[in-house]
Amino acid sequence: MKSALALLAVTTALTLPGVALARPVTLTTTLNNYGGDGAYLAFYVTDAQGAYVGSLWMAGGKSKYYEHLNDWHRATGGNTAEINGITGASVGAGRELSITLDLTDALFDAGYTLHVDAAVEDMRDSPSEVVVPLTAEGAGQAHRGRRYIAAVSYDM
Amino acid sequence: MIRSLHRWPGLLAAALLVVLALSGAALSVLPAVEAARAPAAAGPGLSVAELTGRIMAAYPGVEQIRRAPSGRITAYWFEGGRPGAAVIDPRSGQGVASADTPAFEHWLTKLHRSLFLGDGGRIAVAAGAAAMLALALSGLALVARRAGGWRRIFAPLKGPLPGRLHVEIARLCVFGLTLSSATALWMSASTFGLLPEGAGAPGFPSAVSGQTGRAPASIGVLRDTPVSALRELTFPYPGDATDAFTLKTGAGAGYIDQGTGALLAWRDLGAWERATETVYRLHTGEGAALLGLILGLMALGVPVMAGTGAVIWVAGRRGRPRLRSNAAPGQADTIVLVGSEGGSSWGFAATLHAALTAAGQRVHMAPMSGFAPARYARAARIVVLAATYGEGAAPASARGFLDRLAALPEAPRAPLAVLGFGDRSFPAFCAFADEIRRAAEAKGWAQLLLIDRVDRQSPQDFARWGRALGAAMGMPLELNHQPQVPKTEGLTLVSRRDYGAEVQAPTAILRFALPRRTLWQRITGRGLGRFAAGDLLGILPEGSAVPRFYSLASASCDGFAEICVRKHPGGLCSGQLMELRPGQGVRAFLRRNPGFRPARGAAPVILVGAGTGIGPLAGFARANRRGRPLHLYFGARHPDSDLLYGRELAEWQAGGRLASVTAAFSRAAERAHVQDALRRDGARVARLIAGGAQVMVCGGREMAAGVAEALADILAPAGLTPAMLKAEGRYAEDVY
Repeated sequence: MKSALALLAVTTALTLPGVALARPVTLTTTLNNYGGDGAYLAFYVTDAQGAYVGSLWMAGGKSKYYEHLNDWHRATGGNTAEINGITGASVGAGRELSITLDLTDALFDAGYTLHVDAAVEDMRDSPSEVVVPLTAEGAGQAHRGRRYIAAVSYDM
Repeated sequence: MIRSLHRWPGLLAAALLVVLALSGAALSVLPAVEAARAPAAAGPGLSVAELTGRIMAAYPGVEQIRRAPSGRITAYWFEGGRPGAAVIDPRSGQGVASADTPAFEHWLTKLHRSLFLGDGGRIAVAAGAAAMLALALSGLALVARRAGGWRRIFAPLKGPLPGRLHVEIARLCVFGLTLSSATALWMSASTFGLLPEGAGAPGFPSAVSGQTGRAPASIGVLRDTPVSALRELTFPYPGDATDAFTLKTGAGAGYIDQGTGALLAWRDLGAWERATETVYRLHTGEGAALLGLILGLMALGVPVMAGTGAVIWVAGRRGRPRLRSNAAPGQADTIVLVGSEGGSSWGFAATLHAALTAAGQRVHMAPMSGFAPARYARAARIVVLAATYGEGAAPASARGFLDRLAALPEAPRAPLAVLGFGDRSFPAFCAFADEIRRAAEAKGWAQLLLIDRVDRQSPQDFARWGRALGAAMGMPLELNHQPQVPKTEGLTLVSRRDYGAEVQAPTAILRFALPRRTLWQRITGRGLGRFAAGDLLGILPEGSAVPRFYSLASASCDGFAEICVRKHPGGLCSGQLMELRPGQGVRAFLRRNPGFRPARGAAPVILVGAGTGIGPLAGFARANRRGRPLHLYFGARHPDSDLLYGRELAEWQAGGRLASVTAAFSRAAERAHVQDALRRDGARVARLIAGGAQVMVCGGREMAAGVAEALADILAPAGLTPAMLKAEGRYAEDVY
């Protein structure tokens, strides 16, 4: 199910120039026990200039809350077409979200950056909670978030 | 229709609604707590620019400032790699309290909103809100119907305690429950995206100046925005020259350049967003703490109404019997049609059914709404037992009966007997039964016997009618109806005073000791329980299962139960009571009679009674320790023979418990009845009633009719009638 959606992600959201090869990438996100409701998480990629390229995953189903994922919302204008078919449930405190996506090789070692925006009801918004350059070398390394995310890593 | 719209959502959703109401009531306190705890509000002139300057001085890494509808200001910052947040005192810019929502509050919100079940729970809660709204509106319609019109919706209530409690609380709470459930539905629709969403924040401006470093305190837009209008100010991401300030206010949202301070984009709030915000505040009381508290208090009525509602439903179901041998309509020679609202008339119908069946009749019993004369092929008689709802309206199980009767080409061949059930203290006593009789007469429907009426489910009235029915059918018919088998207590006579032997009306005041109630009986509400003068003592005479009711002339706090009894020729119960010697006992139980009690307040009360009817009136005087003006009019035969409570009346008048005592004696020289005494005092009586006095009449039926007639004449010049007083709850009768 997830990989099927992820394939869609490649074809709709991340149609990059020069797509040649794709490989499965597992994105693992662990949340802190911050003691609140499920967190909304937006995973998206920006290029070397910081411009929005595309979305990888949206954890959280109610579009009325997307404006709290400030950076993602600002970049996309809250356009839900950006996350069509790559939306899942919000992630509870202390839980782990694992998504496997088929991402193009061209995303890695080319200045692209993975962003994760987080928001939790009645708690502060946390845009770009995690900002990680996408490199082949960085695979498997855990990156700590500012507030809600204990660790994000991608494995190829 | 309305009743089932009320009953089924109520029964199905009761438990859910209790959970929602209790959690909602607990949550309703929070806005008030927040308002009480919040630091003093900013001065009215404080601008967002100034506030931001103060907060930045205290927290240089500030990222966001939010203002809740309550006025609470929260700042979020990022310093030394750690995020922080605090509630801010706007006067100093310093943090004064933690910004985190307490875990318990969080838990409660989640319970109230989704029962911890996610979206499924939210849908269940929304269904609960819909049920609550349906209950509130249908309940309102039912109360209006029961009271006899929307204008009388706050009229005084009568009837059994659960029903009165249910309506009393409903009338107090219906406003809040309607508001809370309607706003809850709106919020659910909004959560599930069923309402059009507003445009939201404007798109991020395509170009910014690229400069940074403008102090917020010097930005014009922020200087022009008062703190009271602020919702949220988000700072640009540190070091990102392409970012901007994001400002949200009560009017809209926009972006401000971090270098030039210019407003780059702005969009006003749409109508839907404003409406949703208002609805949110009405529901939560955020920023409207008092409203929140009121709504919370009203929500507390829900558990009580759920409980009393269930009790009413169970009582109604119990009243409707399961018949073993109900004949088919085509086979029956007696058709019994029942028009019942609360279900109590079904019990009487079942008694009739059983007695007729035992006498060899084939009886078909059905609700009046199932009236189908074409199917009654072998019927020799049609018996209609009809209660009345409100001001003469048809009760639930009789809907459509009159229409169907009117539509018949000709009256049914089998003759009709109508028995009305009602409460004589209501203005429209048995009005629906009377309407059936009129409609039947208009149709030319032959009558088996004259219409009769049963007052307040009196088994005696019913038994009397049964004998008349039996006579008309040419067979003895003894209807021994017990509404519910009462649990009796043994009462021991402690003293008796005898009167009236000289005037052929042997009468006695009997005083019984109250049995001691054990703690367990008190807790479980068993035993005789608490009572007041005017309540009824049911006495089961030996050799009969039908209780007789006597008005109590004392309250439980007096420590004894006192009744007045007159010996009726051949009367089983009165005969046994008149034979009773101190030390001997009877089996008795209590039936409350809340309709016959002085209304609350200090207004004068005119007490009218004759014969043993003076009993409860004497009880009211005995309990009148506050000296409320009670004016007693009573009738007896002769002052030397049957003047009940003669000595006490003088004492009470001297002690201020009775304002005046006026007697009429039918066998003395003047030969007057109590209604004559009233007429003689007409001017004073009219003045007292015009001044708000309540009238309470106790005694025989003829006396009560005479009193009503006299009062009608007395009140006519003022444009009042006894019926109008009854409608206002100012005319109460206890008639036998």
